[in-house]
Amino acid sequence: MKVLKLILKNALRHKLRTTLTILGISIAVIAFVLLRTVVTAWYAGVEASAANRLIVRQAVSFIFPLPYAYRDKIAAIPGVETVSWANWFQGVYIDKNQFFARLAVDAETIFNVYPEFLITQSELESFKAERNSCILGQDIAKQYNLKVGDVMTIEGDIYPGKWDFVIRGIYRPRDKTTDATQMLFHWAYVDERMRQEQPIRAGDVGWYIVKIKDPNQSALISQQIDALFKNSRAETKTETERAFQQGFVQSTSAIITSMNVLSFVIIGIILLVLGNTMIMSARERTREFAVFKTLGFSTYHLTGLIGGESLLISALGGGLGLFLAFPIIQGFESFIPKGFFPIFQVEPITVFFGVSAALLIGIIAAVFPIQKALRTSIVEGFRFVG
Amino acid sequence: MSAIISVQNVSKSYWRDSLEIPVLNNISIEVQEGDFLALMGPSGSGKTTLLNLIAGIDKPSKGNVIVAGTDISKLGESALAKWRANSVGFIFQFYNLIPVLTAFENVELPLLLTKLSKSQRKKQVETALTLVGLGERMYHYPKQLSGGQEQRVAIARAIVTDPVILVADEPTGDLDKNSASEILTLMERLNSEFKKTIIMVTHDPHAAEKAKQIRHLEKGDLV
Ligand SMILES: Nc1ncnc2c1ncn2[C@@H]1O[C@H](COP(=O)(O)OP(=O)(O)OP(=O)(O)O)[C@@H](O)[C@H]1O
Ligand SMILES: [Mg+2]
Repeated sequence: MKVLKLILKNALRHKLRTTLTILGISIAVIAFVLLRTVVTAWYAGVEASAANRLIVRQAVSFIFPLPYAYRDKIAAIPGVETVSWANWFQGVYIDKNQFFARLAVDAETIFNVYPEFLITQSELESFKAERNSCILGQDIAKQYNLKVGDVMTIEGDIYPGKWDFVIRGIYRPRDKTTDATQMLFHWAYVDERMRQEQPIRAGDVGWYIVKIKDPNQSALISQQIDALFKNSRAETKTETERAFQQGFVQSTSAIITSMNVLSFVIIGIILLVLGNTMIMSARERTREFAVFKTLGFSTYHLTGLIGGESLLISALGGGLGLFLAFPIIQGFESFIPKGFFPIFQVEPITVFFGVSAALLIGIIAAVFPIQKALRTSIVEGFRFVG
Repeated sequence: MSAIISVQNVSKSYWRDSLEIPVLNNISIEVQEGDFLALMGPSGSGKTTLLNLIAGIDKPSKGNVIVAGTDISKLGESALAKWRANSVGFIFQFYNLIPVLTAFENVELPLLLTKLSKSQRKKQVETALTLVGLGERMYHYPKQLSGGQEQRVAIARAIVTDPVILVADEPTGDLDKNSASEILTLMERLNSEFKKTIIMVTHDPHAAEKAKQIRHLEKGDLV
């Protein structure tokens, strides 16, 4: 009742200061949510990866190819269900800023090893039947307003020349962690043209994707595959897709770590902003607190008065920040190249952390002023000159 | 008449680091129920300090302060706070109203600690504000009132809980002559009509004249 009214009136005493504090907190919350969202987006790839898929790559570096001949040898290992493969094609679509994965894949098997890419039977059949056709992720189709039958022209760089692909299907993601931003076309088509133009690169495979029957055997089968090509011209490194993704994330870990650190630095900044405001206003009210105590108000009342004001400001700042974070993150998303982060959205846990952090800060920022107010005796309070 | 306030051999020192600053030296004084006592003396003589001890917002270094049968020098902090809320009304030189609250809300403040219902509180606040002549200004904020009016709101706040004693520290110190005389008339009335025991610290001999009894403090001693 009355106390709430008093808290509100106290908070509005310095309207500009309170407004600036609330804005400061909300900007910090926006930055926090944005950073956390980027970090989660980074890890989403790891989350999305399947445990029953192994990735076989060249041991020295990802950029070196593997021979096509490995395919049958891998397929012969017991426990291996399907062997598929892919090459990083890259190329330029429209201009260099259009970034999404363009991969040359084995048309026969790719949708078996990636069951999370949903496609109709008829689309799959017409894709398999036409060598220069492609399948497009739903998000990319939507972004570039492309439909089945359209032709996409890619200016090759790793695979020089002009490449035309006719769209024969649009795949849908099975769930929200599925990447719906890939463009997939026939490895055989690319390989055939390479055979004519740069025969030395014919039969190059970027990496193999091995679907195994039992995920528990992933370590064993990985060892067997690598043992098979030990001391050969192209040794392999096989790991689960999850480990592979983690490796990728780890290679960028300095960035992620700094983002993580930064998101907590931001929480520290909010704390300082609010703490400063609370200390200033409590200091100005030293005399009033002495009056309250003189009239018989207790520790509990003063704690409620100061803590309540601090919480009110932090809740308003946090609420405003979250409210603005969603449209801002949407705006931000439109600036990052499509497909750079397959999944980019504010997770509920981020919202939860944002809210709890704001409230926790509301409490912590009040601790010092409350302590001060309680420690100051009435006589000292009345003698205080601001 | 019996002694409602009994200050017995009270000494008070403040400490600044390791330096002892003696303020009151073994003071004893009794105030009878219904009395109106003026405390005078030069600046720094310890008037405020003595008043604070009697009102229970400070504690003596030595000696006892007994008010209406309670030895308040023996009470703990929260018991003392409860005692103050029930027994003492405070009037300060600088009014000490809460600026964000209206006259009504300021006067209501001490009643929030009681069990009174909202309508009972309202009735009591209105009575107190009418008594000090501010029945028409209940919803004004302190900054919309003159100094004299602010002090009258403070007096209403002091009497709204119907305390045993009223303490006033230079209640007219910040007021012009006319406002000061209005405040003094009001205090006289509280003493004669409502039988409040009042202790008032003042520098002003005219103010002291209104009291029934005048005592002087000089460097921590009653003379
Ligand atoms: N909390 C305190 N800490 C240190 N010294 C104090 C404290 N309170 C009062 N004093 C000192 O005690 C002495 C008496 O102070 P007090 O306020 O009681 O005087 P006073 O008679 O009310 O003076 P004035 O007429 O100026 O209000 C002064 O020298 C003052 O500096
Ligand atoms: Mg004084």
